[in-house]
Amino acid sequence: MTRRRGVRPVLFGIAGIMLLGVVWEVYKALGPVKGVVINGLTVLPRTDDQSMPHLLTMVTRLGEPVLAEPGSLPLWQVVATSAGFTLGLAAISWLIGVVVGMLLAVLMQRFRTAESALLPWVILSQTVPIIALAPLVSGVGSQVRFGDAVWQDWMSVVVIASYLAFFPVSIGALRGLEAPERAAVELMHTYAVGWWTTLLRLRLPAAVPYLIPALRLGAASAVIGTVVAEVSIGLEGGVGRMMIEFASGSSGDPGKPWAPIFGAILIGLIAAGIVALLGTALKKYRRGEIAA
Amino acid sequence: MRHSKKIMLGIGAVAAATALFLSGCSSTSTTTSGGTTLKKVTLQLQWLPQAQFAGYYAAAAQGFYKKEGLDVTIKPAGTTTVPIQSVAKGQADYAISWVPKVLGSIEQGVKVTDVAQIFERSGTTQISFKNKGITDPAALAGKKVGSWGYGNQWELFAGMQKAGVDTTKGIKLVQQAFDMKGFLAGDIDAAQAMTYNEYAQVLETTNPATGKLYTADDLNVINWNDQGTAMLQDAIWADSTKLNDKAYADQTVKFIKASIEGWIYARDNPQKAAAIVTAAGSTLGTSHQLWMTNEINKLIWPSTEGIGVVRQSLWDQTVSIAKATKDETGKTIISSDPPASAYSNKYVDQALKELKAAGVDVMGAGFTPQTVTLNAGGK
Repeated sequence: MTRRRGVRPVLFGIAGIMLLGVVWEVYKALGPVKGVVINGLTVLPRTDDQSMPHLLTMVTRLGEPVLAEPGSLPLWQVVATSAGFTLGLAAISWLIGVVVGMLLAVLMQRFRTAESALLPWVILSQTVPIIALAPLVSGVGSQVRFGDAVWQDWMSVVVIASYLAFFPVSIGALRGLEAPERAAVELMHTYAVGWWTTLLRLRLPAAVPYLIPALRLGAASAVIGTVVAEVSIGLEGGVGRMMIEFASGSSGDPGKPWAPIFGAILIGLIAAGIVALLGTALKKYRRGEIAA
Repeated sequence: MRHSKKIMLGIGAVAAATALFLSGCSSTSTTTSGGTTLKKVTLQLQWLPQAQFAGYYAAAAQGFYKKEGLDVTIKPAGTTTVPIQSVAKGQADYAISWVPKVLGSIEQGVKVTDVAQIFERSGTTQISFKNKGITDPAALAGKKVGSWGYGNQWELFAGMQKAGVDTTKGIKLVQQAFDMKGFLAGDIDAAQAMTYNEYAQVLETTNPATGKLYTADDLNVINWNDQGTAMLQDAIWADSTKLNDKAYADQTVKFIKASIEGWIYARDNPQKAAAIVTAAGSTLGTSHQLWMTNEINKLIWPSTEGIGVVRQSLWDQTVSIAKATKDETGKTIISSDPPASAYSNKYVDQALKELKAAGVDVMGAGFTPQTVTLNAGGK
């Protein structure tokens, strides 16, 4: 049952992206300028150059300087720097999310009362919109002091993003930890090993097939959470704020606002790639992967 | 439960590591430079860095704050930041906000004071293409009228109601986005536009009919200053309670004084001021940034009673509109007059006195705006 992994998936991936580009340009060329409106509701977008600039416009804009001022860096470089910053925050958020999610899952697996007490709250926690969360986090954060250190805006972003990231991890990990069959657990009992060894030798390895998709979801949540929180809080340096900054000038420079969006996509791809690497490292535990 | 202890230990270790990590981040202590101790002060803006706040960035970059013994951190706002809440919660020492956006908070018990009314004139307009024939507020009746909402709509509603337009049924209100695409595409007949921002965005866009940029001749502009429904905009807000404390009151005078010097710098050196804002992290196009600096200068200069003074007549006009104007849901900003603590000229008067004594021109009577040429996309 060996699957042939070669260049084919990569080729399919590239073909998929190219297909998207073709659909974009074909719709732009053939679709109605005013878009498709049914009952006053816009179903398909307008096709003018402001709403849907040509792909070439977006790409060439990346190569031009951000500002007309001498010494201004090319747009792609500025976006790449911002994407790096956002990726850094997303990575911290993801790590915190994974740690918190795993701890919660272990806690819930260990104590049934903890599961009944925590699980509803874990699920409920995801219904709070970020818009409501952002002022709350930065407000509480500003009251926090660690000796001489003060709360920084980027910490608020990390808190919000990790708040989104921990959820899929905790749910996925809990399902994974509870995955071993009764017979396997009972075998451990007959060996007279404790809970800790059971966790390390049985439950954690068994959880891997559940955990990898959960980590991937967590990474996606961390990236989205970071970008949205950056917008909400106005944190300088990342692609989130760049999006709103560039959006205002979009009518006269329609290619520009797409640059940070490409940056965000890039971050998402890198994050997914890192999780995939992690998956490869844990290959021997990945039998019958369960989609979360 | 013999493993619980280990778990708790693990949790404790993670918590300790986090605290350790966070504590390595930054410090609040006052900074010293050249032997003198600078007082840390935080200013909360109402939006991202842009020339709308050029005076504060100039004051920081030119060392005017430092000269007054202040080390000012300028905090940009995000989409959910309410500047006045930052002051009320003690996250910032001062905030920049429009008066009508704060009056409602004051009525709900937030104790803040307008200590310097930096902008004398309003920058809000309603713009439309010439062929729509919308030259005055009365002509907005029956039209698709754009509005940003969130407290940016009151001058528009006051203007329409003053002209006898039924603002609940007589217009089609359209929610406007950050950009002017809706206006350019014809979804909006008359769109809200700040003289210093959205108006320029239109002039930076190529007119598909001519292949050249739109010009001022293509547009009709309703200016609320001319219609008598302008409301006071960017002001410096301070914590009313803390103003009773002499140290904070003195610091407020110093902060206003240095900020005014920054605005005077922006008036006399618009190019340099625009460059300072760009250096501070704004990514607005170069010509757009300069346009904004110039238009902001027009909202301040020439100053009637001295920059920063809250003019009684304009304050009263703002308050009466805030009490009488109903939005599309029938709500008003406030139901009764704000307390006397809502504004004070005490601090700005002191700052102006000191500046005048030093021979600084705080009136700008001879101010002449520049002619700024906008490039495509504001580049």
